[in-house]
Amino acid sequence: MIENIDLSLVNWSRAQFALTAIYHWLFVPLTLGLSFILAFMETIYVRTGDELWKKITKFWMTLFGINFAIGVATGIILEFEFGTNWSNYSWFVGDIFGAPLAVEGILAFFLESTFVAVMFFGWNKVGKKFHLASTWLVAIGANLSALWILVANSWMEHPVGMIFNPETARNEMSSFRDVVLNPVAIDKFTHTVTSGFVLASVFVIGISSWFIIRKREEILARKSILIAGIFGLVSSLALALTGDSSARTLAQVQPVKFAAMEALYNGKSEAGLTVIGALTDSGERIGEKKVHDVKMKIAVPKLLSVMTTGKGDGYVPGLRDLVNGNPEKGILSVTEMIERGKYARQLLTDYKMAKEMGDAASLETLAGKFRDQDFINNYFRYFGYSYFDHPWQVIPSVPVIFYSFRVMVGLGFFFILLFTLALLFFYRKSLERNKWFLWLAVISIPLAYLASELGWIVTEMGRQPWIIQNLMPVNVAVSNISTGAVQTTFWLFTVLFTSLLIAEVSIMVRQIKTGPKH
Amino acid sequence: MTRIASALRNVFMFYYDGFRTMSWWGRRVWIIIIIKVCIIFLLLKLFFFPDFLKTSFRSDSERSDYVIEQLTGNK
Repeated sequence: MIENIDLSLVNWSRAQFALTAIYHWLFVPLTLGLSFILAFMETIYVRTGDELWKKITKFWMTLFGINFAIGVATGIILEFEFGTNWSNYSWFVGDIFGAPLAVEGILAFFLESTFVAVMFFGWNKVGKKFHLASTWLVAIGANLSALWILVANSWMEHPVGMIFNPETARNEMSSFRDVVLNPVAIDKFTHTVTSGFVLASVFVIGISSWFIIRKREEILARKSILIAGIFGLVSSLALALTGDSSARTLAQVQPVKFAAMEALYNGKSEAGLTVIGALTDSGERIGEKKVHDVKMKIAVPKLLSVMTTGKGDGYVPGLRDLVNGNPEKGILSVTEMIERGKYARQLLTDYKMAKEMGDAASLETLAGKFRDQDFINNYFRYFGYSYFDHPWQVIPSVPVIFYSFRVMVGLGFFFILLFTLALLFFYRKSLERNKWFLWLAVISIPLAYLASELGWIVTEMGRQPWIIQNLMPVNVAVSNISTGAVQTTFWLFTVLFTSLLIAEVSIMVRQIKTGPKH
Repeated sequence: MTRIASALRNVFMFYYDGFRTMSWWGRRVWIIIIIKVCIIFLLLKLFFFPDFLKTSFRSDSERSDYVIEQLTGNK
């Protein structure tokens, strides 16, 4: 029974999943972005026939290969964890999670076994155009592969296109189209891949800058800065736009996360967007949750209202509205949602009892309820709330999300400036003279990784306590296994992933120091 | 048939040559890939990550009943 599950099991399972996902994400974004940079570089080579571009492409392809190879299969561990640590969740999501992941698996297999091989083994063995096509297919395939993972992840944030089957306790896909075109999935895909493009561009500019500082491979470095600068600038502007779109969707489907990102406790019209601020304990509480004041605040007036409603005087609900309800604004209280969720769960209990007693008539009636749109929209959608004792339990950790979001966005704007300066100094032929910029570009590489990881922290920590928004909290999703087993694998993963990271960094540093082959 | 055999031979030779003439870093990352895959599939999957529902129950019906029990039995 779930009530017997030790809270430390939930926390260790969460920690293990977070560790695995964070390490996995260290490898993925560089693959997503660098693959396109390679495709651009090789396209120039094929179009111009200039051997220098071939040399440049092959150098960056080496670093791509190291990152790709070390990162391969690190994501599969997440799937193991679903089956072992999160079995209730895995069963409950049914084929909705399985279908996109299967597509991703097949795509990744064919991609990795064919076109990546052509990319690395095919120089001088296949035609130039076929090789170029393979490089483009790797780039497109890697990003499409990410699409399916993000579709699955987005369903957890905004479950659509399914019907719950009380007989099997599984959600069954009713519309593949709705699952794929989930507004959260579209925003998440565009925002995530563009963040990968930005990270890869920063990576290329950073390493190229190091070459210029060392007065090595300067032509290669300058040309690489040009390509990465253009790609990075376009991508970072797109990243800002997709971030804006994500925020708009978020305000609709996960308003609690949105309010937590802004540390907005009291809803208001003409709400400003906090650019910088420091959270302090106000001394007030919502249940057992601290209420924070935002001190040293710099805000853009009305921007939050514009972002969420499209109008400067639009009303943005705060955490108090969302927890206590605000009938004037049509916001249900969490207490009401808990009651509705309990009703839905009671019907599932009734179904189970009718099944045990062999009461066919009741089974038919209850099964019909679970297919009834009114019941789905007004009761089943709050199913997960039935597991809460107190309304305040739906509030995630405000400080973690508030600060992570601001650092991520701040770094995003910093990268726009970095790419602009890179292109400016390139066109003025003054890269060598601006040593400060070159060093700034070098130290920006870890900052790009930091921004990328913080994005996921905002997403995943922000949706706590849910594993599936409104339907299943994390403590219900976890398997009834021993905490010791989870702790053991947690430390095994720490060793494994840290070793992989050290291997990647050391091989990559060696190859960078070696430079391109002459 | 000869065409297919020839195509298969070409594909094999493509991979064979690729692996045979691999660079220093290529060899290193392949060693890492093999070690990593062995650890993931032979150690972690077999000994630490059994599928909880698959190994604990014999049929999907039993699994469904168990999960429904978990979902409804709480509190």
